[in-house]
Amino acid sequence: MKLFLYIFVMAMVTYLIRMIPFAFFSKKIKSRFFRSFLYYIPYAVLSAMTIPAIFYSTGNILSAAVGTAAAVLFAYFGAPLIVVALAAALAAYLTGLFI
Amino acid sequence: MKKEFKLGMYHGIPIGLGYLSVSFGFGIMAVKSGLTTLTAALISASNLTSAGQAAGVGVIAAGGSLIEMILVQLTINLRYSLMSLSLSQKLDRSFTLPHKLLVAFGITDEIFAVSAGRKEKLTPWYMYGMIMVSFAGWVTGTFLGASAGELLPASVSAALSIMLYGMFIAIIVPPSRKEKSVLTVVVIAALISILLRYCQTVVSGGFAVIISAVAASAAGAFLFPVRDEEESH
Repeated sequence: MKLFLYIFVMAMVTYLIRMIPFAFFSKKIKSRFFRSFLYYIPYAVLSAMTIPAIFYSTGNILSAAVGTAAAVLFAYFGAPLIVVALAAALAAYLTGLFI
Repeated sequence: MKKEFKLGMYHGIPIGLGYLSVSFGFGIMAVKSGLTTLTAALISASNLTSAGQAAGVGVIAAGGSLIEMILVQLTINLRYSLMSLSLSQKLDRSFTLPHKLLVAFGITDEIFAVSAGRKEKLTPWYMYGMIMVSFAGWVTGTFLGASAGELLPASVSAALSIMLYGMFIAIIVPPSRKEKSVLTVVVIAALISILLRYCQTVVSGGFAVIISAVAASAAGAFLFPVRDEEESH
């Protein structure tokens, strides 16, 4: 039961964040600082979530590091999301074979 | 209406295919954290968000508090409020409140990117089409990953667990390459996150992400205030 409460709260918070500005705001945010802050938030969040957690994602730091390097390389050259994600997995898998 | 719906579905195909494989990784990760296949699929169907779900499962697995869950979701998903705000400026007149309430559920990074890039005003049916295909990919992938994750050899499922992070990297790296400001924010966030991970034991995972992200974004906003055209990304 507790688990479903957590999932419900998680879904509700996520929905409200999307819904309130979409349905009820039409004015522009005036504060330049706040607009800048919101602009950087997605990148900061994803960076903090990825590092250092990605190095523990495969259960082996070496294979995870090689997977990370592959992802950064493919992303740097502008590969689509799915290609970057698959390249990371493939590189981690291949490295895992040699450990 | 029908034409718009079809067009939306068509534009949703690449998103849905991408989600199918990325959420496969989420399914594996969720099962590894002790959730059942159906619970994992339920999370995907009710949240439709990658980073928030991954962090949410982390909070559940670590036995975190509800407050932590709320703050984690707020911080990680705060970006959606900006995207929603931006999309709300280009809605067609047929977008009545009930449509807004439904479509708001489906505003993800990728759906935002595609619909923001469209020149025409957004209609509800276009959005429904795109969201439906993406939703189907996301939930199906989660279900498959969560159920097949147990059947796959350990070496394969271990490697697939990195996919979600791979997608995050794919979102971070290209703008970091283009803009020094984004790169700075990304590096600051990573450094704080590393410090919090290895140099203290008080702050747990979810809060560490919040602190890192808020500090890095505030630093970015202070050092490199955005110009008006950047905000509409």
